[in-house]
Amino acid sequence: MTAIAIEGLDVWFGTGRDRVDAVRGVSLAVGQGESFGLVGESGSGKSTILRAITGLAPDWSGRIAVEGLNLRGTRRTRAFFKRVQMVFQDPYSSLHPRHSVDAVLSETLHLHGLSDVDRRVPKLLDDVGLGGRFRFRYPHQLSGGQRQRVAIARALAGEPDILLLDEPTSALDVSVQAEILNLLTDLRRDRGLTYLLVSHDLPVVGHMCDRLAVMRAGRVLEVMDVARLRDGTPETTYSRELLAASGGPHATEGTR
Amino acid sequence: MSEPLLDVRDLHVRFPTRQGVFEAVRGVSFTLGRERLGIVGESGSGKSMTGRAILRLIRPPGQVEAARIALEGTDLQSLSERDMRKVRGQRISMVMQDPKFSLNPVMRVGDQLIEAYRLHRRGGRAAAHRAAVEMLEAVSIADPDRVMRAYPHEVSGGMGQRIMIAMMLIPDPRILIADEPTSALDVSVQRQVLTIMDDLVRDRGMGLIFISHDLNLVAEFCDRILIMYAGRVVETCEASRLHEARHPYTRGLLDALPRLDRPTDRLAVLRRDETWADAPSVGS
Repeated sequence: MTAIAIEGLDVWFGTGRDRVDAVRGVSLAVGQGESFGLVGESGSGKSTILRAITGLAPDWSGRIAVEGLNLRGTRRTRAFFKRVQMVFQDPYSSLHPRHSVDAVLSETLHLHGLSDVDRRVPKLLDDVGLGGRFRFRYPHQLSGGQRQRVAIARALAGEPDILLLDEPTSALDVSVQAEILNLLTDLRRDRGLTYLLVSHDLPVVGHMCDRLAVMRAGRVLEVMDVARLRDGTPETTYSRELLAASGGPHATEGTR
Repeated sequence: MSEPLLDVRDLHVRFPTRQGVFEAVRGVSFTLGRERLGIVGESGSGKSMTGRAILRLIRPPGQVEAARIALEGTDLQSLSERDMRKVRGQRISMVMQDPKFSLNPVMRVGDQLIEAYRLHRRGGRAAAHRAAVEMLEAVSIADPDRVMRAYPHEVSGGMGQRIMIAMMLIPDPRILIADEPTSALDVSVQRQVLTIMDDLVRDRGMGLIFISHDLNLVAEFCDRILIMYAGRVVETCEASRLHEARHPYTRGLLDALPRLDRPTDRLAVLRRDETWADAPSVGS
């Protein structure tokens, strides 16, 4: 079954002369258990697609279906958020500064209608490699990587099938990035999760994803297997340029 | 190299906190000639504080102490604040991470460039205007006349950072300190901006201090690299021989990066060793 099916998606902001078309006629299908990457420069519309799926984009048209169910407008049901969760880029702004880790996770569990919160909170912390001693800390007492682990724990609280990852490691140091990417790899393997990962970092997408779509100015230029990215043989010139700019495997040979 | 442009000896930067004194930089020494020096490290390693301390931009309660911070023989620590203002911009200038916060949002780009020129050099407005347009051309801005009239919010991030570089180079400084100059930019424009900066620095025989967390980017655009960890320099190496780096921290950083040409299931995770923070700084 297709986890996420998108057909002819348009997303725009503003009206009349001020209208900006952020996403134009995008179609994608992400299979169950697949890890799919969206790459492109800032303003290419990659994050906007995630926002449209979660109901954070006010105006859109086209078809978005999650596990076979068509979405409408910007309202999403609780059942939807039990299936789909999002992890944001900046763990410094995505956690409430005056809520302890325990409060963040307990409230989320409560909203998902789950009982035995006291048992589940330590379990969630363990799952993301934090352990019980972090339970009563506040975000300012955590490092960037630890905060992102809390954000991932919060996303996992309702035991979703699909994680939407919006640049989950681009605010982190490379050594911390490696730890978070490994965590995401393990979680996906253990729970059979589906990932839709947005990143401007091609090596990260190459490491995490099976397939990826290259976006530019709101459109998908091409969808390719990760093998193609590794070989440095994308179809479009733009994708090759993007690959070269990020120090791709064949772009800068000899200079390192 | 005869006399270095910049000679830093035993630099310390300290911040008093409620839990005692925090030492952000602990005894860093290096020299800079007409070359491109990279300072690499993770957040909190002290790399940015090192750059700021050179320009005496650390404000109280932060404290800077060094045996020597000498610019072409003059110790910057002995200068009055007034003389120091002449050093900043004119002899050592700095490009920071995000042009959105470095440019004045309510002043036209041209006026800011002209101001930068006239603060440091004699000459009328017409000469300053000419110099500003030439400088914009030098940073590959295709329509300098339009950009002169534009406000910072009307230009892209990459163009903003090129304008910053133009503004910093207009007084013809000896040294440019670039602190994460391209981290706020898209990868596709990063290299373009760095190449422009690189060409200008080389043409003018300047010294460049390139501060970044990105090892590979630094290796590509520098001659020599200092690797900082917990306020100290743990290793220095020729940029071209970065892949031969021996310190476990440097190796760990290199190995932690995902690579398109070397697929793995799991990334190597850096295992930190307490002794790294205690070992004395490597001199250069």
